[in-house]
Amino acid sequence: MSFRVGVVTFPGSLDDRDAARAIEVAGGTAVPLFHASDDLKEVEAVVLPGGFSYGDYLRCGAIARFAPIMNSIVTAAEHGFPVLGICNGFQVLCESHLLPGALTRNSNLHFLCRDQKLKIENVNTVWTSGFKAGQEIVIPLKNGEGSFQCDDATLNMLENQGRVIARYLDFDPNGSRNLIAGISNERGNVVGLMPHPEHAIEDLTGPSTDGLTFFTSVLQQLVGR
Amino acid sequence: MAKIIVEVMLKPEILDPQGQAVASALPRLGFTFAKSVRQGKRFEIEIDGNPTPAQMAEVEKAAETLLSNPVIETYLVRVEE
Repeated sequence: MSFRVGVVTFPGSLDDRDAARAIEVAGGTAVPLFHASDDLKEVEAVVLPGGFSYGDYLRCGAIARFAPIMNSIVTAAEHGFPVLGICNGFQVLCESHLLPGALTRNSNLHFLCRDQKLKIENVNTVWTSGFKAGQEIVIPLKNGEGSFQCDDATLNMLENQGRVIARYLDFDPNGSRNLIAGISNERGNVVGLMPHPEHAIEDLTGPSTDGLTFFTSVLQQLVGR
Repeated sequence: MAKIIVEVMLKPEILDPQGQAVASALPRLGFTFAKSVRQGKRFEIEIDGNPTPAQMAEVEKAAETLLSNPVIETYLVRVEE
């Protein structure tokens, strides 16, 4: 039996199919979830995929936050349910206040698409437990609003609690504070990541297969429960 | 009919690359007056009649929860005659 991991499709989601494929390649069962329903279909974890939910109107992720499925996800996440937000999914998690801070326009104003080197800094979250501390990985980064911003107090809290899960390495793509590429909540069940692990799961199509570890990590954690 | 204006600006400490781009474009067109530029959003909300204090409180709430993101933005609500 393999674990059921949901992937939410909002109007304007782009990477839901790649996320579903990554879950399947990792050995899980991908379950499509729809924004307009509050039914989590008995999944044991959920991925909020990349894209441009609701056309990025108002602010990235601002409208998606009010989708019925998000009510169920926020409630479940507060009780330890694993949630991974990738790119637009990260923006939705910040707008939903499951994660602190906000993602703003890249400092150079350009939409950026590149294979990005990252350093994994926290391997105690359910989504990063399969990495080695300090491991360097390369996965695609593609966004226009990926600059992680927060106030000094929040930044200190994230750093002191070890909640920065990944940092950009060798190159500052967007002006994020402290080169932050991803963070987790206090409990480590909710992770937001700007680059795209779901595009780096197979040699044929990705710059590496490093991204797969995010998905195998959560499946491994579910086994241990 | 009244019009309620909600203006949303990035907080001063948040980087505003769009405003910076505008500021650096101005002198290229010969406009040399600007020391800096910040760019924001303006919402125009029409309602029937003059707004009651209760309605204004509702608008404030909407401005805080949806129209702005208090993590990075501030907002100002006013009524336009």
